[in-house]
Amino acid sequence: MARNKEAVVLLLDVGPSMHSVLPEVERVCSMLVQKKLIFGKSDEVGFVLFGTDDTYNELQKEVGGYEHIVVLRNIGVVDGNAVGFLQNLPRGNFPGDFIDAIVVGIDLLIKKFGPTNKGKQRICLITDAKYPIKEPYEGTKEDQVNTISQMMQTHGIRLDCIVIREKLPGADLRVMEENDSLLDQFSRKAIAKIVHVDSPTSLLGALKTRNISPVTVFRGDLELSSTMKIKVWVYKKTSEEKFPTLKKYSGKAHSSDKFATYEVKVDYEYKSMEDPDKVVPPEQRIRGYRYGPQVVPISSAEWEAVKFKPEKGVKLLGFTDASNILRHYYMKDVYIFIPEPGNQKAIVAVSAIARAMKDMNKSAILRCVWRQGQGNVVIGVLRPNISSVDNIPDSFYFNVLPFVEDVREFQFPSFRSFPSSWQPNEQQQEAADNLVKMLDLTPSEGEEVLQPDYTPNPVLEVSYCFTQTVSPTCYDKIRRFYHFLDLKSKQPDADVPPLDRNLRGITEPDPAVFSCHKSVIDNFHKNFELKEKPKKKKSSKRAWRGKPSASSEEEGVDDFEAMMARRDSSKWVSKAIKEMQNHVSDLLENSYEGDAYSKAIECLLALRKGCILEQEPKEFNRFLLGLYEKWKDTDLANFFELLSSKNITLISQKEAPDSNVTEEDAKNFPVKAELKSQ
Amino acid sequence: MDLDPEGLFRDDSDSESEFYQEKDFTKEFVVYLVDASPKMFGAAGSDEDEKTDTHFHVAINCISQSLKAQIIGSSYDEVAVCFFNTKEKKNLQDLNGVYVFNVTDRECLDRPTARLIKEFFYVEDTFMSNIGSRYGIVSGSQENSLYNALWVAQALLRKGSSKSVSKRILLFTNEDDPFGSITGATKTDMIRMTLQRAKDAQDLGISIELLPLSRPDEGFNVSIFYAELLGLEGDEISHFLPSAGEKLEDMTDQLRKRMFKKRKVKTIRFSIANGICIEVNTYALIRSTSPGSIMWLDSITNLPLKTERSFVCADTGALVEEPRIYFHPYKNEIIKFSTDELSKIKKVSNGQLHLLGFKPLDCLKDYHNLRPSTFIFPTDEEVVGSTRIFIALHRSMLRLQRFALAFYGSLYRPQLVALVAQDEITGSSGQVEPPGMHMIYLPYSDDIRHVEELHMSADAIAPRATDDQIKKASALLRRIDLKDFSVCQFTNPALQRHYGILQALALGEDEMPDIKDETLPDEEGLSRPGIVRALQEFKISVYGENYDQEEANAAAAKGCGSEASRKRKAMAETAARESASYDWADLAENGKLKDLTVVELKYYLTAHNLPVTGKKEALISRILTHLGK
Repeated sequence: MARNKEAVVLLLDVGPSMHSVLPEVERVCSMLVQKKLIFGKSDEVGFVLFGTDDTYNELQKEVGGYEHIVVLRNIGVVDGNAVGFLQNLPRGNFPGDFIDAIVVGIDLLIKKFGPTNKGKQRICLITDAKYPIKEPYEGTKEDQVNTISQMMQTHGIRLDCIVIREKLPGADLRVMEENDSLLDQFSRKAIAKIVHVDSPTSLLGALKTRNISPVTVFRGDLELSSTMKIKVWVYKKTSEEKFPTLKKYSGKAHSSDKFATYEVKVDYEYKSMEDPDKVVPPEQRIRGYRYGPQVVPISSAEWEAVKFKPEKGVKLLGFTDASNILRHYYMKDVYIFIPEPGNQKAIVAVSAIARAMKDMNKSAILRCVWRQGQGNVVIGVLRPNISSVDNIPDSFYFNVLPFVEDVREFQFPSFRSFPSSWQPNEQQQEAADNLVKMLDLTPSEGEEVLQPDYTPNPVLEVSYCFTQTVSPTCYDKIRRFYHFLDLKSKQPDADVPPLDRNLRGITEPDPAVFSCHKSVIDNFHKNFELKEKPKKKKSSKRAWRGKPSASSEEEGVDDFEAMMARRDSSKWVSKAIKEMQNHVSDLLENSYEGDAYSKAIECLLALRKGCILEQEPKEFNRFLLGLYEKWKDTDLANFFELLSSKNITLISQKEAPDSNVTEEDAKNFPVKAELKSQ
Repeated sequence: MDLDPEGLFRDDSDSESEFYQEKDFTKEFVVYLVDASPKMFGAAGSDEDEKTDTHFHVAINCISQSLKAQIIGSSYDEVAVCFFNTKEKKNLQDLNGVYVFNVTDRECLDRPTARLIKEFFYVEDTFMSNIGSRYGIVSGSQENSLYNALWVAQALLRKGSSKSVSKRILLFTNEDDPFGSITGATKTDMIRMTLQRAKDAQDLGISIELLPLSRPDEGFNVSIFYAELLGLEGDEISHFLPSAGEKLEDMTDQLRKRMFKKRKVKTIRFSIANGICIEVNTYALIRSTSPGSIMWLDSITNLPLKTERSFVCADTGALVEEPRIYFHPYKNEIIKFSTDELSKIKKVSNGQLHLLGFKPLDCLKDYHNLRPSTFIFPTDEEVVGSTRIFIALHRSMLRLQRFALAFYGSLYRPQLVALVAQDEITGSSGQVEPPGMHMIYLPYSDDIRHVEELHMSADAIAPRATDDQIKKASALLRRIDLKDFSVCQFTNPALQRHYGILQALALGEDEMPDIKDETLPDEEGLSRPGIVRALQEFKISVYGENYDQEEANAAAAKGCGSEASRKRKAMAETAARESASYDWADLAENGKLKDLTVVELKYYLTAHNLPVTGKKEALISRILTHLGK
């Protein structure tokens, strides 16, 4: 049985004021269903629309009222068709009443589950809450909310409400305030969470499309000392949601095989180096740990006996000024320490410490061993998290800090030490100040664009999207892997969809923001000059392509030096030497009455210098001796006399230790070489 | 070796991209050149200081530490240790006053080994008897030990192309005027020769770095001789040593910082607006160090094993090529993806850093973190003017208390990042925090979990601490205050132990090293009366007087059986009762067990304290085994 099975009823406002954001609503809801198809196959979903032209719900049939509410799909296990319901939602022309819709939603859940399944039922309401809700038959609206909250609580139903309002003038403020206060009442009286968003992108981030039930990392005492302990539970606060793991595909199965898995298994075999045919059985294998050039074999049993085994426990080392810990030292994903649920004393103790830390701007340093048998300890910093919601206790965030071994203390030049040509002048500094001030992502109090909490991962969005399309017309509306996955289920040859407009806002600057501060940006642009230096790599590559029949030897020397100077791979050096040698040979071969001698000498000088620098004396010596052998009996022999006058000798041991030519031998070239060859 | 069968799909971590970068990196060859003149053996501290540490000891200590760090972090780099101004000589060139320290099974310039670390650690004990100390440059002698030392070091660094390997000489000395004892033409001659030697080395791509040791009362004057040897000019001389180490610890600290060469991860473009695109280098200043990967060995021969990977079709058992197609089940179907499609999905940006805007620093919350940050520093190498723009923005952001929000389109995990400007911080031992920006990887909404809401109780208002309780907590905070806490003051005890064990085993020692765990709380400090009192007051204020007693009672109550344990007990009793009504031996004998239901089978298992997991067949076989059939 799926332990985490949950049931969700989506209550979607399709009234007139919602029409502009409905495409996004369709999208985010499709996403929810698509993810359920992958991660929660036995989860159940139901869809209810309100503000519709039609009315279709059981409550209306049973007790009357509840108009303009349509149950689009009753609660049931997710299936492929569920996505279909959410394409092209009907646009309604009536103001929606979200209280009625919640009641219908609760009714669906109660009828389906009765008293069972407590705590695993959720209602997601997406509305703009712009229209007044109807006066109840008896009592006030507040009373009605109380009754509903009571019912939700007894049946263990949670409410997630997303209020989406783009800044539109002409809305009735009074009505919106009343509605907001009603919704807030839910969050006080029942387990409910109200989120306000102001852009479609945030909507994508606000609805939790995947239901992960968190597990505690640690339950136990936070030890301030051996006598004072606070009971806490520790969870992960952030954790990277990864790209789903795909399986390797094998098409070998026979087409008629209904139970084919199409999977590919990966087998590992360990073979001895000397005898590649011999497979070493697992019990004969032993782990080797590297220590410098040595590999130290240790069996798991031995290792178990000697390795570091700290005692489980979370201990306080002390408090320190928050400024002692810079933000960039946070190492990993973040943990949250909450007081043991239901333990009033622990809640108060955590609250007292957290608030004192906040007041005094202090952080606490902890040493944590989450589990018995864990092979390492964690040092980290505890920061207060003061709760703004009445029924959520105060808690702490915990970030892992580095050990000495983890920090590389590289030294960087001070900005002050840079030449003045690299320093901004006053005018430039002002342009930069303006840019930083104007490109503000927090345009007004309490507003923040691209808040991480509401910003979806574009890659995951896109990938979910790939999975989806039902018909070509829907193609435009959907996004990447999960969309693509769905897409491919219908059209095997579908192309990867482009990034959606709303998601582009995450990966690229918002053109609206940038165009409205055009003057600031232009001013910035005007003040700073950027010049692209030609890339060394490319230029030398290009130049060398035209070789070796270089028109002028100077170019040949330049290219040679450029090539020798390349640091990305040692093969450039040998290539440069080779090409230079060919070049010299060509020059000499084509020389007439010594007209190419000076060029050849220049090249040889460059080659000689390069070979010394690169510690390749043998290359040069071999080449020079080779040249001599080849041409000593021809009319080029006088070239070699020229060499000694230009100080071009063999490279001696003194100049490059790798050489096997003594200084004396080198000086005596070519005489000595003659002796040797005889 | 650790193999990752899912290699392709685990790639969304930066660590992997860094790994690929590392391959491009050059290796590093270092020669530690340590002055061993009698002056180095004089006390390093000032007179009133009780410490008797010598500069020589400081240098040995630093090198020891860096060797240990190196064998863990970058064990492919090669090192040599060389003393000069020694009585004995040991070097290939047979030059006087230079002693190349080495151990068996190792070339002079080679990767550090366990033996080298161990023997070097104890080199001081036998230094005087085996190697000896003596002034090398004295009047009336033509010997120039500094020249000889540079020559030997240069010869040691002969191997390897200077293109692919970075070569360094680190010179430790406390003598700022090595030719002070001689005069006249000999002196000028010697200085000229030495400088020429240094220049030759530098021309061959060897960098020479000086790590001056000095006493607080007499500074190390670089300009006497070494400025010219190092090629320092003008301002650089005064910048060379921000402040001569005031304390020995500072000196050690400073030397440690300069032990490792700076390595960038990569160069990226940072697009600001309207086609303004500057270039920055990224550096991994903080990354968790893990005990390296393991290798599989043959336990008989201790030789490494070769791992072979083969792909087998799960349906037919046939060997297949490494598949290029992946699939995901969806709606009872198999959806196939090619590797190209997958990489297209992931590619949402071009690897650049895109500025999106700025936010006040308090928008960056404590839980907005996923991975260690990356440091960025401007470079004018290919785009001239980058540094100027970077500095201007850096200053504005610091002054206006804002961070930049940007999108970093790395191929592995495209992500929103916060760029937090960090001003340079210098301490007595030099730079503490370099100037630049730290790139902090922000989570997406998909990555943030709302755990707090998990245990939300309807209409039960969570209690908050009263002002008095907060006051008591504040008093406690003031008491247990770590004043000079700096972020990385602890060594990782697990790693230290790991390498301690490896070192002992590598050297064939029987005794396992005892590594001190620095991370344990200071029990002694915590038991000071002031702290104990503050704790007690806080405890009474939040928990009430008799908390311990209550807890003990609660624990005792738990002991006699919580609800769950009572239930378990009841279940076992029922099972035993029910189980007794079957004749198990008979059922097993006649193969009738399979006719029973799983529930019935479990009676037997529960009654006999056996595991009840698994499929029906597994249960039956477990019963049969237990019956001895």
